[in-house]
Amino acid sequence: MNTLAGIAEPSYIEHKGKYKGLLSWILSTDHKRIALLYLFSILTFFVVGATLGLLMKFELIAPGKTIMTPQAYNAFFTLHGIVMIFAVVIPGLPAVFGNFLLPIMIGAKDVAFPRINLLSWYLYVTGVSLVLISQFAGQGPPDTGWTFYAPYSFRTTGNMLPAVFGAFVLGFSSILTGLNFLVTMHRMRAPGMTWLKMPLFPWALYATGWVQLLATPIIGITLLMIVAERTLHIGFFDPTLGGDPLLYQHLFWTYSHPAVYIMILPAMGAISEIISTFSRKTIFGYNFMVVSTLAIAFVGYFVWGHHMFTSGMSGTAQYAFSLLTFLVAIPSAIKVFNWISTMHNGSIELQTPFYWAMAFVFVFMIGGFSGLILGSLAANVHLHNTHFVVAHFHFIVFGGTGFAFFGAMHYWYPKITGKMYDTRWANIGLILFFIGFITLYGPMFYLGFKGMPRRYFDYDEVFHAGNILSSMGSWVLYSGLAIIIINLFASLKSGTRASADPWGGKTLEWTVPSPPPVENFEEIPTITKGPYEYK
Amino acid sequence: MNTTPEIHRDDLASKTGMWLFLFTEMLLFGGLFVVYSVYRFRNAQAFHLAAHELNVAIGTINTIILLISSTTIAMSITAIQKKNKKFALLLLGITILLGLAFLVNKYFEWGEHLKEHIYPGSAVLALRGQGDVLFYGLYFFMTGLHALHIIIGLIFIGIITSMIYRDKITYNNFVLQENSGLYWHLVDLIWIFLFPLFYLIT
Repeated sequence: MNTLAGIAEPSYIEHKGKYKGLLSWILSTDHKRIALLYLFSILTFFVVGATLGLLMKFELIAPGKTIMTPQAYNAFFTLHGIVMIFAVVIPGLPAVFGNFLLPIMIGAKDVAFPRINLLSWYLYVTGVSLVLISQFAGQGPPDTGWTFYAPYSFRTTGNMLPAVFGAFVLGFSSILTGLNFLVTMHRMRAPGMTWLKMPLFPWALYATGWVQLLATPIIGITLLMIVAERTLHIGFFDPTLGGDPLLYQHLFWTYSHPAVYIMILPAMGAISEIISTFSRKTIFGYNFMVVSTLAIAFVGYFVWGHHMFTSGMSGTAQYAFSLLTFLVAIPSAIKVFNWISTMHNGSIELQTPFYWAMAFVFVFMIGGFSGLILGSLAANVHLHNTHFVVAHFHFIVFGGTGFAFFGAMHYWYPKITGKMYDTRWANIGLILFFIGFITLYGPMFYLGFKGMPRRYFDYDEVFHAGNILSSMGSWVLYSGLAIIIINLFASLKSGTRASADPWGGKTLEWTVPSPPPVENFEEIPTITKGPYEYK
Repeated sequence: MNTTPEIHRDDLASKTGMWLFLFTEMLLFGGLFVVYSVYRFRNAQAFHLAAHELNVAIGTINTIILLISSTTIAMSITAIQKKNKKFALLLLGITILLGLAFLVNKYFEWGEHLKEHIYPGSAVLALRGQGDVLFYGLYFFMTGLHALHIIIGLIFIGIITSMIYRDKITYNNFVLQENSGLYWHLVDLIWIFLFPLFYLIT
C-alpha cells in the first residue's frame, strides 16, 4: 500500500476499470456505482410518477371533465400507482442508500454477491420497461389501479399482461436485493461489529431484507396467476369458473401490506442516523429501536386483512385484524418517542437533513394516527375507499418514505458526491415541498371524511373548495421538488469540496474519504465501540 | 501497490444465499398450496372424482425418478470431494437423463389430457362443472410451474457438469455444485407434495 502523503487511492467515481464511459457504469459490480444507477433510474421514474399525479390534480380542480376523459384518468392513477409503488418507493431507500452505504457502514468492501447486485438493477430496468410498454402497446393502457383486483384485471381490455408481468419482474429484483443484503450482514461485518454494534440503518435494511424475501414471492405467484387467468382462463379468481375474487385480495395484501414496511423501515433507519448525528448524542434506547424494527417487520405480516374490512370476512377475522393493526402502532410509537428523546439534551445542529427528519416525524405521526382511525372497524366502514385513505397512504408513503428519501439524500450527498450542496436553496426547496405537501394531502382527510370517493375523475360540487386547495398544493409541492432536484444537480458543479465527515457523524461511512475509494477501506477497521458514541 | 481487487470467496455466504433463495421458492409454491387448499375444501367431491382420472402409474414412476435423481446428484458432490471427477460426471449425466425422463413422462401424461380436450379454457372441461375446472386448472398450473423448475434445474446442472469437465469445479471449490444440488432437492421436495395432492387424494 502506498503511504506517500497526498497520493490517495482514486475514488469510485474516478476509478479506471476495465471499461470506459457509460459501460464502466452499467457493467460495474461496485455497490456504489450500482447505487447511483438506481438513484438515477428511480429519480427519473419519480419525476414521471409525480407528473402523472400533478396532471390528476389538474383534472380534479373542478367537477366534471377538466383535462382528461374518465378512461384516461383510470389509466393515469393506475400508472401513477404502479410506477410509484413498484419502481420508486419499494426500491427507493434500500437500492440507493442501502447499496451505497450498507457495506461501508458495516465495514465491508462490497455486498456479498456483487454480480447478483448488478443483475437486480437489470431486472429493475426490465420490469419498469415492461410497465411502460403496456402503456403504448396493445389495446390501451391498464386501468385497474395498481392493485390489479380480480376480476377487473382479467376482464378489462387494457393491456394488462406486460404491466402485471413487469410488476412480477420488479418483485424478483427486490427479492435479490434483500437476499444480497441479508447475506452481506450475516457474513461480512467488520471484526468486532457484533449485531448490537451495528448502526440502525443496516438494522432496518436487515428487517426489510427478510420482508422482501418472505413476502414478495406471494405477490410473485399471485401476479403469475393473473397472467395465467388472462391467457389460459384457469379460473383461479373468476367466479364464473368457480374461482373466488376475494382470495385474490387476500393473496395480494398478504404481500402488499408487508410491502409498506419494506417502504417505511429503511426510512426509519435513515431518520435514526440523521437524528443521532445532528443531536450529537447516541440514539436513545438503541436496543428498543432494534427490537421495534424487527417487531414491525414481524407483526406487519399479520395485518393484511385490514385492507378488506368491507370486502366480506367474518366478524372474528375483523376483530383479529383490527387488534393486530393496533399492535403495529406500538413499535412505531416507540421509535417516535426514542427520536424525540434522542434530541432531548442533545447539542442540536440545525442543518438541512435534520429539518427533513423533523418534517418526517411530523407527517409520519399524522399518517400513523390516521392509520389507527382506519384500523378501527366502525370508522373503516365509513372511510373505506374515500380520499381519507388516499391522504393516509400518502402521508405515510410519500410523507414517510419520500421525506426520508430526500432527508437521506441531503445527509449522504457529501459522502456520495464529495461535494456540498447549496444549503439556502435546499432549505427553500424543503419549505415549499413541506407546505405543498400539507396543502395537497391535508384537505383530502376532510374530503374523504365528508364522503368523496377515491379513483373517480369527477366529484360532487360540495367537494369543490377542498379540491381547489389540494390542487394548488400540488403546484407548490412540485415547484419545491424541482428546486430540490435542480439544486442537487447544480451543486455537483458549483458545490465546495466536502470533507470526510462534514456533519460530525460517528458511523463508519464518515471515516472514509468523500467520495469513498473503490475498495471503501484501505484496511478493514476493527470495531470496539457502539455506533453512536459521542463522548 | 496492488490495485486489482482481491478475489473474495466465501462458500458459506453462497450457501446461505442459496438457502434464502429456496425460502422464496417455497413461498412461491406456498401461495399455490393455499389456493389449492381453499378450493379443495370447497369442492371436495369434485376433486376426489377428478383425481381418479390422473394416471397414478406415471405419477409414481416420476416420483421414483426424481428421488433417484436426488440421490445421484448428492453422490456426485461426494465424488467431487473425493477427487473422482469421472464418476462425478457420470452421476451428473444420470441426473440429467432422469430429469429428462421425468419431462418425457409429463409430456405423454399431458398429451393424454389434451387428447380428451381436458385443459384450462376448454369447452369440454367447462361442461363438467366448476370443481373439475379448478382441479385441472390447478393441476396444469402447479405441475407446469414445477416442470419449468425442472427445466431450470436441468440447465443449472448442465452448466455445473461442463464446469466440472473444464476443471472449474474441483475438490476444494465445489460450492456451486452443492447449490445446484440444493436446488434440485427443492424441486424434488415440491413434487413430493404435488404427487399426493393430485394423484393420491382419491
